[in-house]
Amino acid sequence: MSEIVHPLHRFLRPNVTSTTNCPGCGNGIAAQAILRAIDELGMTLDDFVFVTGIGCSAWIPSPFFNVDVLHTTHGRPIAFALGIKMGLPHKKVMVTSGDGDLGAIGGNHLIHNARRNVEMTVICLNNGIYGMTGGQAAPTTPLGLKTATTPYGTFENPFDLSALVIAAGASFVARWTTHHARQLTASIKKAIQKKGFSFIEVITQCPVQFGRKTGSGSAGQMMEEYKERSISTKEAAKLSKEEIRDRIVVGELVDKEIPEMVEEIRKMNKRVMGEKS
Amino acid sequence: MKGGRVLTGRYFMMGNTACAEGAMAAGCEFAAGYPITPATEIANRLAERLPQVGGVFLQMEDEISSIAAIIGASWTGKKVMTATSGPGISLMLENIGFAIGVETPCVIVNVQRGAPTTGMPTAGVPGDMVQAKRGSHGDYEIIALCPAAPQEMFEYTVLAFNFAEKYRTPVFVLSDAFVGHMREEVVIPDPEAIPIIHRQIPRRGTDPQKIKGFLDEEVAPMPIFGKGFKAHVTSSCHDEYGRRNLSDLAALDNFVRKLSNKILKHRKDIVMVEQDYEGADVVLVSYGAVSRAAKMAAAEARAQGLPVGTLRLITPWPFPGEEIAEMAQKTKKVIVLENNLGQLYPYIKAEAARDSEVFFLPPRVIGEIHDPESILTKVREVLP
Repeated sequence: MSEIVHPLHRFLRPNVTSTTNCPGCGNGIAAQAILRAIDELGMTLDDFVFVTGIGCSAWIPSPFFNVDVLHTTHGRPIAFALGIKMGLPHKKVMVTSGDGDLGAIGGNHLIHNARRNVEMTVICLNNGIYGMTGGQAAPTTPLGLKTATTPYGTFENPFDLSALVIAAGASFVARWTTHHARQLTASIKKAIQKKGFSFIEVITQCPVQFGRKTGSGSAGQMMEEYKERSISTKEAAKLSKEEIRDRIVVGELVDKEIPEMVEEIRKMNKRVMGEKS
Repeated sequence: MKGGRVLTGRYFMMGNTACAEGAMAAGCEFAAGYPITPATEIANRLAERLPQVGGVFLQMEDEISSIAAIIGASWTGKKVMTATSGPGISLMLENIGFAIGVETPCVIVNVQRGAPTTGMPTAGVPGDMVQAKRGSHGDYEIIALCPAAPQEMFEYTVLAFNFAEKYRTPVFVLSDAFVGHMREEVVIPDPEAIPIIHRQIPRRGTDPQKIKGFLDEEVAPMPIFGKGFKAHVTSSCHDEYGRRNLSDLAALDNFVRKLSNKILKHRKDIVMVEQDYEGADVVLVSYGAVSRAAKMAAAEARAQGLPVGTLRLITPWPFPGEEIAEMAQKTKKVIVLENNLGQLYPYIKAEAARDSEVFFLPPRVIGEIHDPESILTKVREVLP
């Protein structure tokens, strides 16, 4: 009898047999979307280098994806990824990390590399909480929410990470939730092919930390809620800011062609070396 | 300044410029940094010179990303460096630990300045001597070189690249504002006269499952990216294959010891001292810019018939303990000269005090290099 194997199983590191993610975690949906996108583009994992920071979503490719993976320090994956892209300009460099890693401790690297428009794909798993350390407030936690470090409710405004990256100058920015697996996969495909900095915010459920803290329930219930709250960019454009305050605007927010830094450096070096001789 | 990688010739050159030229000669392909006094001239020079040979200098948003970017580039097989001063090193320390943990060749130049905190940027004070060894968290070994002249800024930068490649580790060039900003004759030799070492990498086509790319005391081949080695690189506790292990204390013990032993087992190949204490009753121990004053004071003492010798630590790390103990057996008094409040003094005393009486002498004012006359006064005071 032949064994039934998941079609994406061939992308996984042979010696890795189990996941560290909690039941109901959205990481699996994102992981599948990434691998499907690569597969559907007719690419292989060897076309990529994956870079991650610290936090649950860093464990999407590390150690699971059977390819070069650099699992770095907290907040810094994009800075490491920049160095890798400089050394391997023909490889695709993808960062997966969380809202805390990319938006709090690593916020500076996020905006500066969006500004530089370095070609890389950054997948930001935004669960609105610090999951790995046990449910502390993140810069993305909704105002007033009670967390382990804000037992009386948060008193800070949350970041809109996609808006931040757009303002910093990225080429491609999209936002989806884990409810939108197909749309997410389609956007990841575009992001991978983009000659520039691409950022995809994935609103994702952490039933164990966020769900428990907010009483928003199980993974299924949280995804149902994403479905109900989501609104397309087209629909959102017709409504006032106040009307979409509690909605999740999903879709491709920016898609533009602007000069990419590694390519610009290549041109500069050609010029400098030509002048020299 | 235009030219190829190696600007063979005789120059009147600033120490920081000589450092950048050393990096060029050693084969540096990528550098990243952030402006800081008194190290900025290294970045300026590399920004001009690297593109001339197809390399890249990137000015980053801070020192944290500077070290991160060079580590990332090193994992693609490039020779890399960054240059900064104390405050920048303080920011880099977490990722320096990362580079040690995943065995990444890279060169870190620290042109030390007046400290603590923002201190006095233009003053040459080697106040980060212990930080280089113990600044990042946890136990680890480091290689550090202390130049005393612009010529050595060139030579030790080349050497730092070679040690980094050979031992797959970050290597410090511990300079200071004196040496960094000093202008002297610098001779850059022919390229053939500059020995260059490249890291070992696994044989192409090796089954990725079988690559032992980490934790070998004889230095594992580096499974650099983009060659199909499918490397899993994590600074979390891991085994020889790079497999993470966060539950087994024996794995942690293996991780810590192998990383340290990789350097310590080869200390004879790494440790460098300059010694001139034959028949001396008093030995002046120093490093960096102060060793120039020590040499001058010893020459003057001998001219006056006083039996004074010198021991200069070129590599403060790994610590030349054996060399210091050997010296202490052959003399009677040891004077440790440092342009700080005594950073290496406790380490030197621990080795020398078994056989000699050990004294510490800072300069009259911290940040001023010792006046050879004040060294002679101390020598006369302690002479048996």
